[in-house]
Amino acid sequence: MIRSRPRAVRRVLGAVLATFALTVSAACSSGGGSHTAGSGGSGSGSGGAAKGVTITLWTRAATQSQTQALVDAYNSSHANHVVITSYPNDQYPAKIASAAGARSLPDIFTSDVVFAPNYAAQGLWTDVSSRFASLSFKDKVAPSFIKAATNGGKLFAVPHDLDLSVMYYNKTLYKQAGLDPTKPPTTLAEYAAQARAVAKLGGKVHGTYEGGNCGGCIEFTTWPSIWADGGQVMNADGTTSSIDSPQATAVYQIYRSLFADGTMAPGAKQEDGTTWLSALQAGEIGIAPGPSSWLNLIEQKGVDIGVAPIPGVNGGTSTFVGGDVAGISATSKNADAAWDFLSWCLDDQAQVQVVAKLHEIIARTDLAQNQYAVKDPNVVTINQVLAKGQTPYALNFNATYNDPQSPWTTTLRGAFFGPSLAGALSSGQTAITASLKQQG
Amino acid sequence: MQSSTATPQSPASAAGPGGRRLGRRIRVRPAPRGRNRRRELAGLGYATPTAVVVGLLFLAPLVLVCWMSVNHWPLLGSPSVNFPHNYTSVADDSLIGNAAWFTVKYTLVTTVVLFAVALGLALLVQHPRPGVALLRTAFFLPAAVGFATASLLFLGLLSNAIGPVNPLLQDLGLINKPVDWITGSPGGALGSTVTLVTWRFAGFNMLILLTGLQAIPSELYEAARMDGANRLQTLRRITLPLLRPTIALVLIMMITGSLLAFDQFYILTKGGPDNSTTSVVMIIVRDAFVRFDLGAAAALSVVVLGILVLLNVLQLSLLRRREER
Repeated sequence: MIRSRPRAVRRVLGAVLATFALTVSAACSSGGGSHTAGSGGSGSGSGGAAKGVTITLWTRAATQSQTQALVDAYNSSHANHVVITSYPNDQYPAKIASAAGARSLPDIFTSDVVFAPNYAAQGLWTDVSSRFASLSFKDKVAPSFIKAATNGGKLFAVPHDLDLSVMYYNKTLYKQAGLDPTKPPTTLAEYAAQARAVAKLGGKVHGTYEGGNCGGCIEFTTWPSIWADGGQVMNADGTTSSIDSPQATAVYQIYRSLFADGTMAPGAKQEDGTTWLSALQAGEIGIAPGPSSWLNLIEQKGVDIGVAPIPGVNGGTSTFVGGDVAGISATSKNADAAWDFLSWCLDDQAQVQVVAKLHEIIARTDLAQNQYAVKDPNVVTINQVLAKGQTPYALNFNATYNDPQSPWTTTLRGAFFGPSLAGALSSGQTAITASLKQQG
Repeated sequence: MQSSTATPQSPASAAGPGGRRLGRRIRVRPAPRGRNRRRELAGLGYATPTAVVVGLLFLAPLVLVCWMSVNHWPLLGSPSVNFPHNYTSVADDSLIGNAAWFTVKYTLVTTVVLFAVALGLALLVQHPRPGVALLRTAFFLPAAVGFATASLLFLGLLSNAIGPVNPLLQDLGLINKPVDWITGSPGGALGSTVTLVTWRFAGFNMLILLTGLQAIPSELYEAARMDGANRLQTLRRITLPLLRPTIALVLIMMITGSLLAFDQFYILTKGGPDNSTTSVVMIIVRDAFVRFDLGAAAALSVVVLGILVLLNVLQLSLLRRREER
């Protein structure tokens, strides 16, 4: 009895193990089969786009709406099917990095344009130089985005959606404060004066707002003022900071005085970007810079909003040409189908009937005066500042500027809220340059 | 361990003086070869799943991280050996000094507060009284909440914009205007985090300490009471000395957990304000997923692992020395 039981148990155990092994092998073989079928449909040849292929695409939440509109339009008119997955903004770079390490990147992934140089240098995208060169409108595509996605003379990604920094002013509050809502500021000093005039309304109303705990927010909204005054924040190679300049000092002197005298809402000191939009949607801020992609979102809340270019201290205007580029991941087996989608996104039909129709910024300079843009004065203003904008280039951009632990975040907080503006910019320039020179 | 003396021993293991004496006292007939083999196989069968899990989930990653730490490891492509560059780059990181100091400070504060609260709760619910079961459950309940979820919960509760804490304290007249608990000041950020960790882990540590308390024979307390010992003397002379192994276990867990703190800072404070709550593990994550320098991240991980091993060895050896006395 004692001996027969282990034998019986062993038999049962053997049967269970055999069944398990069969199940696992069947599952593995079926997975491999479906994978083969899926990738086989892509057609690895270079001629033309593949048909009926499922293309996976990753994007970040901030720009998902425009990507989703493009995907929906593409899916409804093509045999291929693009499946979109969106990730929270701050977790997106980590998601890309871990997926790259595990070689499980999607067919296409978008990236904030300022991170594109690093992704291109890391080899995460496929070289699309020859494919892009075959496009008839290749010279009409946002040039600063093309530069950001180029590494070693090769192009790795193309513009996907654009987002510019502009000044938003609340026309209702302007009228209440006795300001002319048709005359937005033309210098940074006027911006400060108008903000102070609105702040006098009191109550919950404040003159202005900023993302004072958010490196990305501040660079996006204050660097244009430095550029408008002829300054630069770093050299063209993105290896040396020049933030300790007279132009930057003049710009941040105005912002820190607005916070110091209470014109800027106190929440700005802790604003890390998460409630930035809702602060403008609440209709209690007189004038504040922000992304152009928020125009619809603010108007939808019933706020009578005006758009103006971001001015320099002494006049002039500029903008931070931000947004996303999209590239085919280096591990994709559906490169032809993926390029079919990306090139379609840039053609006339998609740019005008999808992107411009949504009042978003188009990626083609030759289509700026399209039928939808000319109808909306705010969009006209945004398109006009596009030509004067810049997209900063640095290989180590995220670690230097956007990350919460970046030297830029420390610098801007010192410049806005610290005891010494000169000290913050001086020590910040040294720390930022040291970070820019770290190439990983 | 004790059972091995009663089981048949191999000639080699019984060769020592103890083994010879044992051989004279108990005459054990050697088991048939087949049965021995079956036992060996059964033992192997029992040990294999654990060995596989440990091998796959601990040893393999450990070896990999050590290998990564001596290589330049790109996200895609082949690694190349660059020793000792990754280790020297750890020293060059301007953030690491502050992060290391903050992590030590956080570990000290958290360990003291958490241990005091956990021991206090354990002593409170040590003896069975009416309602004690309910209290034990209530104290342990936060341990059922995931740590990331708990961090998000505190983020919402303490938020200036949507949290109920500020309005509540204002209604009670304890504060005049809303306080930015999480990002207003370094002290506030640390305090918020320690409160979160204490809320989340005090019940769990209470449970461990409670098992230690209940293992102390009640006769000792009765004898102490008959000898006229007051509560403080009983705590100092009986409870704490006999609770030492459990306290050691709890302290090792608390110190190790605090030195590896990440979730609470990543979610609640994002390392701010002004990098004042940036922990060492946050630097590792930044190196890996922001700077994409996987080699430097691995090197820092190995350094942290070495420090942790050293600390645990020190703690355990101190404990053993005291026990031997």
